[in-house]
Amino acid sequence: MRFYEHESKTLFAKHGMPLGKSGLARSTEEAHGIAAEIGQPVVLKSQVLSGGRMKAGAVKFADTPDEAAALFDEILPIVVNGQHAESVLVEEKSPIAQEYYVGVTWDGRRKLPVVIFSDMGGIDIEEVAETHPDHVSKTHFSTLFPVTPRVAKEAIGATGVSGSDLNRLTPIVHELIQVFLKYDLTLAEINPLVRLEDGRFVVLDGHVDMEAEARGSHEALLEELGIQPEETRQARPPTDFEIAGAKVDASDHRGVAGNVVGFDGDLGLVIGAGGGSLTLFDAVRKHGGKPANYCEIGGNPSVKKTCELTKLVLGKPGVEKIAVMMNVVSNTRVDIVARGVIKGCVESGRDPADTIAIFRIPGAWEDEGFKILKKYGVEFCDRSVSMYQAAGRAVAKMQAS
Amino acid sequence: MSILINADATFIVQGITGREAVNLTRENLDYGAKIIGGVTPGRAGRDVYGVPVFDCVRDITAKSHVDGSVVCVPPKFTRDAVFEALENGIKLIVIVTERIPRREVAQMVELAALRGARIIGPNCLGLISPGEAKMGGIGGPAANTRTAYSKGPVGVMSRSGGMTTEIANTLTAAGLGQSTAVSIGGDAIIGTSYAELMPLFEADPETQAIAIYSEPGGRMEAELADWVRDNGSRLPIVAFMAGRFMDEMPGMRFGHAGTIVEGKADTTADKIERMRAAGISVAERIEEIPALIRERLGETS
Repeated sequence: MRFYEHESKTLFAKHGMPLGKSGLARSTEEAHGIAAEIGQPVVLKSQVLSGGRMKAGAVKFADTPDEAAALFDEILPIVVNGQHAESVLVEEKSPIAQEYYVGVTWDGRRKLPVVIFSDMGGIDIEEVAETHPDHVSKTHFSTLFPVTPRVAKEAIGATGVSGSDLNRLTPIVHELIQVFLKYDLTLAEINPLVRLEDGRFVVLDGHVDMEAEARGSHEALLEELGIQPEETRQARPPTDFEIAGAKVDASDHRGVAGNVVGFDGDLGLVIGAGGGSLTLFDAVRKHGGKPANYCEIGGNPSVKKTCELTKLVLGKPGVEKIAVMMNVVSNTRVDIVARGVIKGCVESGRDPADTIAIFRIPGAWEDEGFKILKKYGVEFCDRSVSMYQAAGRAVAKMQAS
Repeated sequence: MSILINADATFIVQGITGREAVNLTRENLDYGAKIIGGVTPGRAGRDVYGVPVFDCVRDITAKSHVDGSVVCVPPKFTRDAVFEALENGIKLIVIVTERIPRREVAQMVELAALRGARIIGPNCLGLISPGEAKMGGIGGPAANTRTAYSKGPVGVMSRSGGMTTEIANTLTAAGLGQSTAVSIGGDAIIGTSYAELMPLFEADPETQAIAIYSEPGGRMEAELADWVRDNGSRLPIVAFMAGRFMDEMPGMRFGHAGTIVEGKADTTADKIERMRAAGISVAERIEEIPALIRERLGETS
């Protein structure tokens, strides 16, 4: 779950990291007021959950409050990689002597956190790592033993930085490591961390990502930052359809019937589980089908939950039929899913036989499930029909209708 | 032969009185597993399908040798349960629980390394050596497990629990049994990766080939490709890659917690390229796996 730049900076400031004077503007008047209060040239930065702001023209410099106000109006409507801004950060502009990069993240291969440091900040770190590997250090650290400042010192020193720069950078990098661990972040990044011409070190830009699973442990911080529980902070904001899907999933603790994502197609999908859904979604597309949605069911969801999900998918404009498919199930009962989807069709005023293009869920309690499907005239298949073939049958029905 | 577990392995279930744990205990017992105890704090003296329940892991390890533990407790208590198993000398820990933050997983993995133990999972269905024993919910009820899994020469590794059974079932239907199938878990950090299981399969005389299920996100396939190249593996590997549509949607999370495309190396296209370069066959569809394995076995024999 990504934080906006201004939220990341609020978190950094809370931990004593050095920042320039700034304020968050939601209106032209606020932008003018903040620039006037700072009383020197400012930079205006659109607040979006995406990189590439500079390239999109969503970062601009202003010498006067009037200019800041005009630029606010100019950059607020700019869409950056599909992200719309609602606010602009107005921050003091300072002459830079040197830019550094520091990021803390997880290394899934080593299964440890790693701090990445470079004395060539301000640009894409992956590019620096390729072109100037000796200017990028990677230092792993323990999650069990206390992390003392020597980790930060070694990370910085490995790029050849010494003298007072080393000593002044160390506490900042150390603090970033502490913030990363304390708040269950998956990324804590400052780019650039700069030394100004007057010798001060300042966090110029940065962002953090918090692990979705850990949100419950950090409610106080999220509330302090004004991040609402329903904000998913994915690459794009959730649609009403997706929010409704999350509600279906939360309505009942039994099993999963969620992770709903809307697409433009006409074939509704009631699919599972995690890996099965990825496999089936690919299969539908490979056959030329147009999915109306992605979703995941699993962990033996109740009849009610499956029924509600079915109704939600059928209620999506343009959905003519649904395909109900999973991999061979272990702990999800086939008969319960069958009951749920049939009930969902009936409660939507649709004929299950006509609406369910294919039912392919083999596994536990399949005989009971197949009996119910037969009674309602729904086409089903067992494990002798592959996931790919089942998806093909569903797509063929869509093309025939 | 098999890897990690065999018919003689003894294990315990932590959180044994929970709904899911009760089910998997029964399914494992029905499949022939030797579950010698269960742990739920405050529930000592009860039993679950004849398995005695204790308050502490120590109450079991003090009296009997325990090879492994299946940890099936809520996410908030998982780290504590795993630490308890590790500090009482258990060397194989299967974590079923999902939605554990990475920091806690990393702590468990770090302690396991210090104690010379292995973690499978989290967010996995466990493992099975067909015809011998299974640990965890893999395959479901014993009768369903026997339908999908059969004994044979193929080692299976999968980031998806459900797809482990789908692949095993496809192999079984084609007359190819499995030596051991491991649901390794779908999180960004897991106890044991494909590459880390390879030496075990290499050392197992029964295993003649490997089938893997793979997804977008992470560097685990790159690690496997590196391992295969660096170690000159004797085992042909056939991989299936799901979630190809995600390459077009960076930053969106589908499927498991570990599947998110953040960089170029996370895409399925990049992973497929790396694996093919290392000599791993990549199947377009699950049902192609058996034929590809036979083809590869023909090549090497």
